Formats: sequence, structure tokens, C-alpha cells
Amino acid sequence: MFEPILTANIYLPESEKISTYLQHGGYQATRKALTEYTPQELIDLVKRSGLRGRGGAGFPAGVKWGFMQRDDRVQKIVAINADEGEPGTFKDRQILECDPHQVIEGVIIASYAVGASQALVYIRGEFFLGVKRWIKAIAEAYEHGFLGKNLVGTGFNLDMSVHRGAGAYICGEETAMLESLEGKAGNPRLKPPYPAQTGLFGLPTLVHNIETLACLKHIVLRGADWFSSIGTAESKGPKIFSVSGHVNRPGNFELPLGTPLREIIYDHAGGVRDGKKLKAIIPGGASTPVLTADQVDTAMAFETLEKAGSQLGTGAIVVMDESTCMVEAARRTTKFFAHESCGRCVPCRIGSVRLYETLARIENGQGLPGDIDRALYLCENIDGSTFCPMGAALVNPARSTIRKFTAEYEYHIEHKRCLVHVD
Amino acid sequence: MLSKTKSRIPNPRKRAMLLAALYIAQEQYGWLSPEAIQRVAERLSLTPGQVYSTASFYTMFKLRPQGQYLIQVCEGLSCYLVGGAEPIIDHIRRSLDIGNGNPSSNGKFTLEIVQCLAACDLAPSIKINDELYGDMTLEKIDELLNALRSKD
Repeated sequence: MFEPILTANIYLPESEKISTYLQHGGYQATRKALTEYTPQELIDLVKRSGLRGRGGAGFPAGVKWGFMQRDDRVQKIVAINADEGEPGTFKDRQILECDPHQVIEGVIIASYAVGASQALVYIRGEFFLGVKRWIKAIAEAYEHGFLGKNLVGTGFNLDMSVHRGAGAYICGEETAMLESLEGKAGNPRLKPPYPAQTGLFGLPTLVHNIETLACLKHIVLRGADWFSSIGTAESKGPKIFSVSGHVNRPGNFELPLGTPLREIIYDHAGGVRDGKKLKAIIPGGASTPVLTADQVDTAMAFETLEKAGSQLGTGAIVVMDESTCMVEAARRTTKFFAHESCGRCVPCRIGSVRLYETLARIENGQGLPGDIDRALYLCENIDGSTFCPMGAALVNPARSTIRKFTAEYEYHIEHKRCLVHVD
Repeated sequence: MLSKTKSRIPNPRKRAMLLAALYIAQEQYGWLSPEAIQRVAERLSLTPGQVYSTASFYTMFKLRPQGQYLIQVCEGLSCYLVGGAEPIIDHIRRSLDIGNGNPSSNGKFTLEIVQCLAACDLAPSIKINDELYGDMTLEKIDELLNALRSKD
């Protein structure tokens, strides 16, 4: 039985308060990091731990820290991405609401390592409770001397503030989030330059997801070797998997990276509802390619999912049973992306709508011969031709379901109705 | 001459307060009316056009009058799979006799269809103003609506 690490304290009464946090060993990692490590030693520690970003891209955290400018004369920023919006994902919301201080500690450790003096947390606008709790948590951290001037007597200064998003999926993309923090529409920036060189207000900026930051205090307290002993060859540490859809017990389950999908779905999430047969699984949030039931033994790790033709993404698992129409699943998800396109790049702005219309036509029994090829043609031309990764993301639901459930699409076009019975 | 030009360049850091300012204005005016946009623009040394272009990008900024209660129903995949989305949307529409985005005739309710509220474990989920409600059934929705109807 795996002992939860990141979610160990979330069920404690008043878990969001600093008093609870301090009673359970809180802020010891901050003391240790700031007094026993140099910034370079911390960067090396995190590199050795093998920690990779939990927001979807999986970039090695220590390497990212190494990209930050070392020049002391330049102010540096840490921006915390709590704009969780990937459909199927609800892990950040739970840590955000129930254990803010664990993340604040991570922010302090990361800021000290890269020499940042200001941290901004960008919270999804819909997370009203999260925003309220973070305003309180930051005030508490200031009161206890964990934020502000001269942290734990080391001379290190760090200020932190809360910023509320306003309902835009694209602001989860790091450069769009920076634009939003600057008070503008969330249009992603062209990369390079990466935020580590030119980020918020043109300053070097380190951007991290909430769950990535939550890992840091544990790495400092228990060591890089301990952290890298959890997981697989290329995917280290614990991971929170959000499971939803046709399962008996939907929820967040913290398990080692590399845990097989079968174990997560059947042992932890209580198996498929109503004794129905498993049909398909989205392994990492709506933008990752769907897996078929015979791939249920795939391990939930970066490298294994890539090999299976999908991605780990945010680790949000959506389970679909035999009663699910895959055309409808793709249509619904593509509608989301068409709605959330920021509108900057033509392939995404117009391509997503054309793709949605094509899928909707097929689903509604008005599909035309050649529609499947038209949809695939759109996917090929959207993927890779946009500023940000949204283009590559938005084609995945349509493309993967067309490839894996071709017969269902063909049946829709030929018989003007669903292959499976949908209530 | 240069100082005059300089005074017309908005301070970039001041602009960073725009989203927060829009939330405050929306709270005070109930929605981002042209007057509210104008006020925000003046306070932050921006043009109303700049403020409007940012406000209109975000779904949580309301450019039309809203009912007292904003009901948001998720139509995402996870909610749909467990019987949410359309059945719930249709039910609310019928019982309140309202369409999408427009406030109901008495100005009390606005129905909005949204994408993923990051509460898929509680699916089907809905939000009423800032409060999240999970594991929704049509009966539970009726209870919620009745409670709100009887409130002033």
C-alpha cells in the first residue's frame, strides 16, 4: 500500500491553516533548504531527484531552474500556475484548497534556488474557495516570517501575491498566463524566448504547476534518492491521478508514477460502473489521445504512455464503458477546444470550429461520405501549425477516436445513427 | 514634449491590475456596463477599447446584465458520461423558462453552459454564483432552485 505524500494532510480538519500545517512538521523544509543548501546545491538536488513538471508537458524541473539567469542585478519572478482547466483534471484544486502551505513551501524553495524575489500565484477564476484560502494562507505565512523580509533569518526576501484568472482555458499555457498576469488577453507568446529568459514584465520567470511545487518540500526533507526510488526509469515520484467517468468511486488517487491503469481503475476507483465492460480511457486529460480497453495494462508514466501512442498529460483519467458513443465523446471534447481557442492562429481558431462541425454532422446522422478523411485532413493541418501547443492538443480527441474506432464513425455516416445504444 | 508623450504611455505594471479592477467593477455595477468600463479605463490610464478588448476575452467578465443568480452547468465529457450536461440544462431551462446567457424575465436567474468546472469527481456538477454543487440529480436541482426562488 502506497503511503500518500502530497495528499497526506488534505483530510485533516482545518488542513488549510498554518497552525495545522506547523503541527504536522510544516516549514521544516524551508528552514532546511535556506540554511543548509546553496541555491546551486538545490538545483542539483532537484535535477538528481528526476522531478518532471506535473502540468502536462513533463519538463524536468531542475533543468528548467538551470535555464534561469544567474545575474543578481536582474529581478527574477516565480509564477505559480493554478489555472487548472484541462477537462477531467481536479488534482490541483484539491491541493490548492486543502494544503496551500505545502505549495507555498515549494514556492519558497524554488524562489531561493533561482534567486527570485517575487512570486505570483495565478488561480483559476472559478476556484473561489481556493482564492479565498490562498489570500489567508499567504497572510499567515507573512505573519510567521516565512514570506517577506529576511526569511528564517537568512537574509533571503520573498514577496507573494494572489491573482485571479477570469475563465480562459488557454491561460493554463505558461506564456498566456503571463500575458493574463500583465492584465491582457491571454494570447500565448511565441517561444523562444522562453519565460526563463523573458517572462513576466520581461523579467526572467520560472513557471511551475501546483503539484510540481508540492513535491519540492518532500525532496528537500527526504532526499533526491528517496524521490527517484519511486516511479519508473523516466518518471519519478508520486502523482495524483484524477479519475472520473464510468467508475464506481471517482476521485483523486495519489500513487507512484508507473502504476498500471488497470490498478488505478479497478483497485482504487472501484472498477467500471454497473458491471459494464470497459471501452476506452483518456489517460491524461481531454487533450491526450484515447486508449482502448486492451491497453488497460499500460503503466501511467511519461515514457510508457508515449509508447502506447498517448501522453501522461495531467494524469486525469476519464473512463468510458461500452455504452459510450466515441463520436459523441470526440464531438463534445472538440467543442470545448473550439470554444477555448484564443483566436490568434487561424488553424486553431477556424480549424477547431470546422473540425467540430464535421464531428457534429457525423454524430447527428448528417455525415457525408468523405467526412472522416476531411476530419483527419483538418487534424493534420492544425497539428504543429500553431503558436502554442493547443493546436496539437485539440486534434487528439478526434484523431485518436477516428483511428481506434473507425467502424463507429463509418456506421454513423452509413446508418445515420449511433452504433452503440445511447440513452 | 517628451514628458507629454511619456504621460500618455500607460504604465505596464498598472495595467497588471486590470483583471482585479474588472472584478471590482463587476461587483459594484452587477455587470461590465459601458460606464463601468469607462471608470476602469480612467482609473488605470487605459482607453475604454483596451479595457473592453481584455474584458471580452474572459468568460467570467459579463458584458451583459446578469440575473441575481448565475447558474453554470458543466457540459464536459465527465459530466455527460454520468448523466449530466443536456438533461440538466434542459431541465433548468424548462423550470425557469429561460435561454442561455440571457437573464430570466424577473432578473433573478441567468443560465450559462460551461466547460469543466474541475469537479469531475462530483459529476454532474453545477455552480450557482461562487458555490459549487456536486452529484446533481434533477430532484436536487429542483430543491436548489426552489430555495433560491423563495429567497429575495
